Amino acid sequence: METFFQQLINGLSLGAIYALIALGYTMVYGVLRLINFAHGDVYMLGAFAGYFLANALQLDANPSVVGTIAVTIGSMAICAGIGVLIERFAYRPVRHHSRLTSLITAIGVSLLLEYGGQVVFGATPRFFPQMIRSRIYSFGGVQITNQSLLIIVVAVIVMFGLEFVVHRTKIGKAMRATSFNLSVAKLMGINTDFVIAFTFALGSALAAAGGVMVALAIPRIDPLMGLMTGLKAFVAAVLGGIGNIPGAMVGGVLIGLMETWLGATAYSTYRDAVAFSVLILILLFRPAGILGTATIEKV
Amino acid sequence: MGSGAHSRRPRRTSRIGVLLVVAILAVASACERRQGAASDSGGEIVIGMYGSLTGDGASFGQSSKEGTELAVEEINAAGGLLGGRKFKLLIEDDQSKPEEASNAVTKLISQDRVVAVLGEVASRRSLAAAPIAQRFQVPMITPSSTNERVTEVGDYIFRVCFIDPFQGEVLAKFAFNDLKATKVAVLKDIQQDYSVGLTDSIVSHFKALGGEVLDPVSYTSGDSDFKAILTQVRSQKPDAVFVTGYYPEAAIITRQARELGMTMPMLGGDGWVGDALKNGREALKNTYISNHYSGDNPDPLVQTFRKSYRARFTREPDSIAALAYDAVKLLADAMTRAGSTEGPKVRDALAKADLPGVTGQLKMNAKRNVDKPAVIQEVTFVDGDVKFVYKATINPG
Repeated sequence: METFFQQLINGLSLGAIYALIALGYTMVYGVLRLINFAHGDVYMLGAFAGYFLANALQLDANPSVVGTIAVTIGSMAICAGIGVLIERFAYRPVRHHSRLTSLITAIGVSLLLEYGGQVVFGATPRFFPQMIRSRIYSFGGVQITNQSLLIIVVAVIVMFGLEFVVHRTKIGKAMRATSFNLSVAKLMGINTDFVIAFTFALGSALAAAGGVMVALAIPRIDPLMGLMTGLKAFVAAVLGGIGNIPGAMVGGVLIGLMETWLGATAYSTYRDAVAFSVLILILLFRPAGILGTATIEKV
Repeated sequence: MGSGAHSRRPRRTSRIGVLLVVAILAVASACERRQGAASDSGGEIVIGMYGSLTGDGASFGQSSKEGTELAVEEINAAGGLLGGRKFKLLIEDDQSKPEEASNAVTKLISQDRVVAVLGEVASRRSLAAAPIAQRFQVPMITPSSTNERVTEVGDYIFRVCFIDPFQGEVLAKFAFNDLKATKVAVLKDIQQDYSVGLTDSIVSHFKALGGEVLDPVSYTSGDSDFKAILTQVRSQKPDAVFVTGYYPEAAIITRQARELGMTMPMLGGDGWVGDALKNGREALKNTYISNHYSGDNPDPLVQTFRKSYRARFTREPDSIAALAYDAVKLLADAMTRAGSTEGPKVRDALAKADLPGVTGQLKMNAKRNVDKPAVIQEVTFVDGDVKFVYKATINPG
């Protein structure tokens, strides 16, 4: 029983990581109908930005909560800027072309960031400074670290925060309008370029926060770290229903739990196959995802 | 008819063309093979090293590079060999990938015409490159690949480290006799030949001692979340846990094990020796490794090596650097005795090698391996860095 609950906690901690990244995927998709494959790589850049900031502040030697928050915000700001740049120079020029063009551009940006990252940062994994000393909480034989707890809490806060922004604020209303019909939104006086740039800035900032949080718990970072995690988060978003914010959370946690439970069996090395088998099944049987609603496309 | 004959002619020419191309290629590759073998023309002696200078195994590659460079510089400063000829060292990065390792060795041999190849550390990459050295009859010395199969590739492949069947025995004995463990778990990296071989050896030796071994649990290089498998291991309550993979994963595994409240001793092989192990931090308490070399050894050879290494690279040499250093010394010794740099002659001399090295006596046995003792070291984390503290020396046999 103890083992069961421990695996549940392990799965939740892992799932929260996927959820945190899936939230950004889903938000950008919700507004632009664009699968931003570079999202996982922005997450990687967030981890690296955090790495350099934390080292500049020498947080490894004297860990502090204030310093950690400063590093996270700094990294989010840097990645928000990068997100806006990516949108401006990669996606905006092809926005009025077919959706396939944007998709392929997104893959191109992703590869550029991964291999550009290898050139700039080197292929050797780096080790993220411990900005917060690891602490272990134990509940009757079930252990959880403060870092895993932090990831779960942040993921939940981000989910509610995004729901609030999208459904309760003026910019959220503009985002939904842009999503509904770009040209009509423009005619209604909405600065759609700004709205889209804002969407990217927000999504990238979330990815950066995810990068820093995950690097705290699993301190190995390298330029390709966003590849597999990003793909799994994408599957999580599809599983939950892409475009649906609570769906991303549900999808992420489900993928995390499934991976953990498979990892506990003799088939532990097939873990990575879980997410992709799920993707195939969900696309075959419920393409709209768990919480998504099927929409009929007008042709 | 006419047009038929007309259309047939170009086809025949093209067939002859194909034959010609094939013939040229065949001759060229035959020449290549002959040129690939060492030419003994005087001047500098070009030797090649390939290693993981970047990527997951970067620490292995960097330490090897430094150890190799130091030995080459010492030999050249002392006047070289074979009547004043100096070593010229070429270094190729394989990015910690087996396919790049074979590319690197192919390039070193067929383009750069090296007369001997040094490398790799990871057995998987040595196994990828060794068949090429064997085919071109260029002697290859791996400083620290411990998997048994590496030198079985052929009679041009040598090593200066002990092998995993012995390393597994040493670890199993230490866990059973000194740590008093009777039930152990083993975590293996199924992507690495080294880890798989070492696991087999630990399992069979520990069982032979009368201990119980739980079913080995698998992971793959590059994984970063081990909590699922560790929780499963925890539920079976082993007295000790072996992690037979390399240092990047070992660091994270020990950390996550401690985070799950697993306080039992953890053990690993020489694959734990890498800078990133320090990422395990306080979790490294109560962990032990088997190793090739101990800096605490009072042997003047070891202490001189340490002193010159520290002077040259401003850091303490690890066992990977020490083995790389020994590999160059072994090669120089063999070439001197052979009086030549030709592949077959150097190979014959290497097979008869018997000289002292900083990692022990380098006496080649019939399987082109050396029988050397292993040391057991306790891993400690002091002032933000890993220190290996000498515990015991265990002799083979």
